[in-house]
Amino acid sequence: MASAPLTDNSNPRLARKARLRYDKVRQSAVLLVPERVIKLNATGAAILELCDGVHTLESIVRELEARFQQDELRGDVVEFLQDMIARGWLEA
Amino acid sequence: MVPGAQVVAPYALLAELTHRCPLACVYCSNPLALQTGSKELPREDWLRVIQEAEDLGILQLHLSGGEPLLREDLEDLIRRAAEAGLYTNLITSGLGLDAERADSLARSGLNSVQLSLQAADAGLSDVIAGRASFARKQQAADAVRAAGLPLAMNVVLHRHNLDQIENIIDTCVAWGAERIELANVQFYNWALLNRDYLLPARDQLASAEEIYIRKKNELCGKIELIWVVSDYYEQFPKPCMGGWGRVQLTIAPDGTVLPCPVASTIAGMDFESVRDKSLRSIWEESPAFNKFRGFDWMPEPCRSCDRRAIDFGGCRCQAFALAGSADATDPVCHLSPHHHLVESALALLPGHDQQAGPLQEFRTMRYRRRGV
Repeated sequence: MASAPLTDNSNPRLARKARLRYDKVRQSAVLLVPERVIKLNATGAAILELCDGVHTLESIVRELEARFQQDELRGDVVEFLQDMIARGWLEA
Repeated sequence: MVPGAQVVAPYALLAELTHRCPLACVYCSNPLALQTGSKELPREDWLRVIQEAEDLGILQLHLSGGEPLLREDLEDLIRRAAEAGLYTNLITSGLGLDAERADSLARSGLNSVQLSLQAADAGLSDVIAGRASFARKQQAADAVRAAGLPLAMNVVLHRHNLDQIENIIDTCVAWGAERIELANVQFYNWALLNRDYLLPARDQLASAEEIYIRKKNELCGKIELIWVVSDYYEQFPKPCMGGWGRVQLTIAPDGTVLPCPVASTIAGMDFESVRDKSLRSIWEESPAFNKFRGFDWMPEPCRSCDRRAIDFGGCRCQAFALAGSADATDPVCHLSPHHHLVESALALLPGHDQQAGPLQEFRTMRYRRRGV
């Protein structure tokens, strides 16, 4: 579960054990990990969709700010990603 | 449908693909009347049921048994589940899980593996399982990690291995587990038959739990430790299965659909089969699934209890096994009129230092086998 610290040049990606999908019955994005289903809100899902191992943290923030027409999302995105990393669901 | 009992979509399906198993563990949760291979649901039915499960809202598919690796069509089922977007988890003894099979499972789309461990050393582990298996479990753990699959380890705890809990945790760590589930034995089926030789003394359990808490803190952020309580020593019952027909369901090897793996033991209940009906109709409409939904079925003291939405009156199978009625409050609850049944089992227990040696006790226990 240990992972490198998050920097602007990190390319976060979902851990091998985590799967992101849309749950059509409950109409929500969900993250699936062993023995657990994590229901995601629209922002959380949008962030994780960009964690493809290609996008950098910097480009993820830029894309989300454009999509949601908001500034200064970096702090919230980093907080969310660090929580995901601490839980072992995301690698940086 | 029962008035006031809302039917919601289930999240998880436990598919018991077979009751066949190379091991004979003394606490097996499979029924005493084990089904033969000829009764097993064929591949085509499982493929259909997996799609029905996805349509119903199932997100997690646990492939279990017996030993699911004995099904030669296991990879086909995993592939279908992966196509349907289900998260697949294999629950295995590890016997038959060599590098080639682990690769084959990973390529089919398997998401995670739970490997059972009986004890920290081969001597005790093989006695509990009734067969030399410890070394092959270690090889299976290696194969799982080499295939790039996340490894969880499941350990059933009881009086004969609680004292080595630290070594057990260290073994799981050394074998590469990301998640360690330390489950105190629950008394159903084979474990209930052997209860008097498996129940730990209160002080033994307390010492083990202290070690668990220390190790959990040490490993925090690296490896996840989970502790499943010994419900005989709890004040309140466990919220069994998250409530009857609320979160998950089980399909037995022959296709019978159950609210939990043990529910087939409740006499007088008619559980339906996916051979005859769709999974959705069984989940939503069958009398058996609706029988203990909501709160109207509850007797006192549950019906007016503040905790009824927390523990749902506990476990229906335990109520049937101990009190003879699935409608009763779970006897482990200290408020249950049947609580004396649990207290008397604990009262008969020899102290930790007065127990017979493990070898003598294992000679007395009944190992899981067909035809009992």
